[in-house]
Amino acid sequence: MKKRQVAAFCFALLSALSAQAGTYDLVVGKKAVNLTGRERTSLVVNGSMPAPTLRWREGEEVTLRVTNRLGEPTSIHWHGIVLPYDMDGVPGISFPGIPPGETFTYRFKLGQSGTYWYHGHSAMQEQLGLMGAIIIEPAKGEIQTYDRDYTVILSDWSDENPHRVLSKLKKQSDYYNFQKRTVFDFFRDLSGKGVKETMADRLAWGEMRMDPTDIADVTGYTYTFLVNGQSPEANWTALFKPGERIRLRFINGAAMTHFDVKIPGLKMRVIQADGQNVEPVEVDEFRIAVAETYDVLVEPRENRAYAVFAEAMDRSGYAGATLAPRRGMRAEVPALRPRPLVTLAEMGAAHGMNHGSAAMNHSPEEETGANGHEGHDMAGMDHASMPEMNHSMSPHAGHEGHAMADHGEEPAGTAHRVLTYADLKSATKHADWREPDREIVLRLTGTMNRYIWSINGKKYSEAEPIRLKYGERVRFTYINETMMNHPLHLHGMWQDLDNGKGPFNPRKHVVNVKPGETVHVDVPADAPGEWAFHCHLVYHMETGMFRKIIVEYPDTAAKKGA
Amino acid sequence: MTPGLDNHRNRHSIPVYAAAILIVFGSGRATAQLDEAIYNYLKFERFEYEGNANIHLFKWDVEGWTGSDYNKLWVKSEGDYVFDQDIFGRADLQLLYSRNIATFWDAQIGVRRAFEPERTFDSVIGIQGLAPYFFETEAAMFISENGNVLGRFKLAYELLLTQRLIAQPRVEINVSADDIENRGVKAGITEFEAGLRLRYEIVREFAPYIGFDYVEEQSLLEHKHTVRAVAGFRAWF
Repeated sequence: MKKRQVAAFCFALLSALSAQAGTYDLVVGKKAVNLTGRERTSLVVNGSMPAPTLRWREGEEVTLRVTNRLGEPTSIHWHGIVLPYDMDGVPGISFPGIPPGETFTYRFKLGQSGTYWYHGHSAMQEQLGLMGAIIIEPAKGEIQTYDRDYTVILSDWSDENPHRVLSKLKKQSDYYNFQKRTVFDFFRDLSGKGVKETMADRLAWGEMRMDPTDIADVTGYTYTFLVNGQSPEANWTALFKPGERIRLRFINGAAMTHFDVKIPGLKMRVIQADGQNVEPVEVDEFRIAVAETYDVLVEPRENRAYAVFAEAMDRSGYAGATLAPRRGMRAEVPALRPRPLVTLAEMGAAHGMNHGSAAMNHSPEEETGANGHEGHDMAGMDHASMPEMNHSMSPHAGHEGHAMADHGEEPAGTAHRVLTYADLKSATKHADWREPDREIVLRLTGTMNRYIWSINGKKYSEAEPIRLKYGERVRFTYINETMMNHPLHLHGMWQDLDNGKGPFNPRKHVVNVKPGETVHVDVPADAPGEWAFHCHLVYHMETGMFRKIIVEYPDTAAKKGA
Repeated sequence: MTPGLDNHRNRHSIPVYAAAILIVFGSGRATAQLDEAIYNYLKFERFEYEGNANIHLFKWDVEGWTGSDYNKLWVKSEGDYVFDQDIFGRADLQLLYSRNIATFWDAQIGVRRAFEPERTFDSVIGIQGLAPYFFETEAAMFISENGNVLGRFKLAYELLLTQRLIAQPRVEINVSADDIENRGVKAGITEFEAGLRLRYEIVREFAPYIGFDYVEEQSLLEHKHTVRAVAGFRAWF
């Protein structure tokens, strides 16, 4: 760390501790970086990419003076923080943005603790590195004890400008996919799976005009995957003494990449998801969707290096770091597993949907009520032979199936446990838990071929805002009619993910919805104002999978009407 | 995301090409949503030498567009130049307004200027898109100023041998509704072209290729079919 950062950091820490009202000066600027062998410009905060970690304390009132030293407008969004809507940092919704040369002062009181992050919300600036961690210490002290505390920000860096990436996707949506099925795969399937199954498979995908290898829109072809701003070669290292307990705060700050994270040789105890304490779960691997956070505890006992291995979901690359007793050590890096395929089952062929159509209608039975998971739980399909995994009510199951299947190299008898959403149980009972007052069905729609993404068949520019009444509890039913994952982020309010745990349902700011899946979340409309709601994949958000949500007081709602 | 204040857009504009430019380039809105951004595309689909022992041609098939997801302005040009005779066998330029009418389909309407073999102005109406099973499809009808009705139908498919080595079978059929005496055109299929091109994508945007075309031509004067080798490149940006 540079001296200036250290100084700023110490200052921040001191002011936070002394006054319980920290003032933080953040300057958004540019810096030359070389992450791939070519020099490029990254966006930085106070000279650093990722941006400096902000350490706050629950109950503190923070003042953040954000100065824009770019030649274009910028903004900072405090991801996962509950705050007044005009402090949320979304240009065009919460405020006009920060023009070049100007300073915007954010001020809000922290009523929560945990691991969060902050990032730019203008012109895809998070893809250029404008993101950093937020750690809020609980007022009553941490529940867990640990010896060391590290923040692990995963991200995807491209030497290409994000606007250029988007332009390429608009012109050829499979531009970055170099893992497509070839003629030879077709013949291999013919001999392996038989003519009937192979033809049925190819015809089904052909009819939909979709590609089952389309796991990620933007891949390792252009991305270098980073840990705390460092490539696998640079090998970011966290030190430990054998026997110590380490807290790793994983933040997925990537623009487009879901990661599957494991540390071979270590069990990871998941203690927090999206900043909220959960009943600890011990796993070998977890998937972290874009913009999610997971806090895990690990206890390395041996005097050796351990690889932190975060494979891109499409296996086109990985972000890597090392846990080591000394600097300069490296652990053996696991091989990338074969890329998975989206299955026809995941695509919900049984639902009779008209895939690919921007204006498709879904059959009414998909608008299920409070406990309508059954029809959409794909878990049973490929997981029957994996008794060690609890996949019932598992909205996160489908792809882990592939991960499991790929684990042929694991020693026999070693149960490789992968975290699913079904494992998440809030550590505390939600006092405000109750049956929702009403349901809003949000179909996640789009056309990969044209690279248009939408909700209920409409892009942001074509849609009216979603209106909620202050105080009501609304069930959002997400029906993913596309073949991509969509990590949905609601600003300002929580999404209580219904995984059957009732008042202990996990409380999240990002809920990933997999291809063909239906997921229910309950939203307490407890924050008046105008909020953003969108897929956190930056190119999906920019091409239309975005809504404004207005939470109105009952009296103002009557006035506005249409 | 930099959303503007105006969430309304004109989705029901009259598709006349005079108005197309206005539609494509926006109706004077101050802040555009990024989901309505304008992109520009130019593709040299075929840019090649084509020939056999008797004939040596340079052939081009170039198209481009500017516009948003739903409204685009297309430019297309196709033609060939015969080296040994120093003449253009066929050459045209189309200007089309294109509207996204279904998920994978655009309807197109506009004008064509044919330079060779005869200078005419035609009106064009067509459809272009991706048919089920990944067939790139293009169909257009041309009505010339003399009232002649002509048609063109193109179909292409891609077979991946590797991630970069791609075989593209392709068919193009040109038809005429009537005999056109002064152009020597005979009613029916005037030209049938079926070929295979094997390209290597050095990058997605640039791929040299080799291949062959089987060409059958029918006119009032003659019927001939030839097989020609092709070599060229495909490029877009």
